[in-house]
Amino acid sequence: MNRRGRLWLLPVTVLVALLLALLPLPAPVQGLRPYWLALVVAYWVIEEPGHAGLGFAFTSGVVADLVTGSLLGEHALRLVVMAFILQRFRAQLRFFPLGQQALAIGGLLLNDRVVAAALHLLLGLPQLPWPYWLAPLVGALLWAPLFLVLDAFRQARRPR
Amino acid sequence: MPSLANPAAPRPGDVAGTLRLLAYLAMSVVLIVLDHRGGWLTRAREAATVAVQPLWQVAGLPARLGQAMREDAVTRSVLAEDNRRLRNELLVMGARQAQLQVEADENARLRGLVGAAARGGLDVQLAPILDVDLDPSRQRLLLNAGARDGVRQGQTVIDAGGVLGQIIAVTPDTATVLLITDLDHAVPVSISRTGVRLLAYGIGRADRLELRNIPVSSDVQVGDVVVTSGLGGRFPPGFPVGRIVDLRPDDSQAFLIGGLAPAAQLDRGRDVLLLRGTAPAAPRAGSDADAGADAGAAGGTVPGASAQAGPPDPPGDAAAATERTP
Repeated sequence: MNRRGRLWLLPVTVLVALLLALLPLPAPVQGLRPYWLALVVAYWVIEEPGHAGLGFAFTSGVVADLVTGSLLGEHALRLVVMAFILQRFRAQLRFFPLGQQALAIGGLLLNDRVVAAALHLLLGLPQLPWPYWLAPLVGALLWAPLFLVLDAFRQARRPR
Repeated sequence: MPSLANPAAPRPGDVAGTLRLLAYLAMSVVLIVLDHRGGWLTRAREAATVAVQPLWQVAGLPARLGQAMREDAVTRSVLAEDNRRLRNELLVMGARQAQLQVEADENARLRGLVGAAARGGLDVQLAPILDVDLDPSRQRLLLNAGARDGVRQGQTVIDAGGVLGQIIAVTPDTATVLLITDLDHAVPVSISRTGVRLLAYGIGRADRLELRNIPVSSDVQVGDVVVTSGLGGRFPPGFPVGRIVDLRPDDSQAFLIGGLAPAAQLDRGRDVLLLRGTAPAAPRAGSDADAGADAGAAGGTVPGASAQAGPPDPPGDAAAATERTP
């Protein structure tokens, strides 16, 4: 197994996810921006549990906080919660067909929005307008293509 | 990464996994609390922000390229049309300027009579907005100009319409603007028609500000233009902040709450102006204003001027403002 060859993909995908999070969108569809970083983290936690665990989620979250200028620790907390749930149900999730997996990811993203909303409520920060609650749907729809693309990259790296 | 310790991880050990979760959750919460309180973490955050600065530049690239392409693709006729329109506008503005000059001279003379400090000219610096989306729950902007271009913390940011916000963080090549619409922000303002002094609070929405604690008896009407009052010394006086669009009684029925439509265009993709070397606030309210002016001038070194602080001591200002109203 050529582990080194695959591991460089980890930071690269996180970086790309962060860039996608920063990319300016027209105001009407800003709420629909999927939580790219969560999708990427979810992929790695499911597929590479040896390298991507809670620590990975936490680190990417802190970097995301710095990059998006949000409260330091907010993304970290959200991603850690998600990564933990994923770890717990990883054995089942792995053998789900992609459609079912997407549904589960959608549920997780929705849960993530609830966590974020609760956090904002606790800290007295403003809540996001309602279109932002549609983002999990977009995220779930994007799960299958993202999964296939990342898998293709990963398989290409693996010498047969 | 810590999870390396358990490469197989068929199913994380329940106890160990939960403990790890708790540890990371605790770390996140500590970070959140420290950052929310805006304490010593600010320094660390500033240092780390310098490291992510290249990422912002890369993320802003597509928008900049798109704009460059649009500019390249315009036809000659559009340019000619633009040119004609701008020429006309310049002519009108020139005439208006000449008229204003007379007024300004008269104003200076009158001020001299009253003994008030003269208002300095407008010294501004143009800074392009870096087109990236930050955390949507916070009203921030990134500027594509930083310490190397002479941007300093605490500078007032305006556009053609009025006040946009203030600089709260500077890296060598970028600067973060806290918009006046951010939940953490308040601007000391006055109603330009009557001179009633108030505070305009951001409520976290891009299209609205709020004036709170307006005494019912005060002369405030829908449609009034609100300008910065210069109290507190952070914002120079006389810049438009917004126009009152509605007035309603607050929960106590003793005061009014006014909704403001911001005068500045608070969207992205344009250039903004940074006020440079604004004249220190006129010594009008004695020691109180002086202290505020010092805080404003000192910028980065004052703890209160760090990340989330609006103008120094808003509650005090609010009290002062409401007391002085007729």
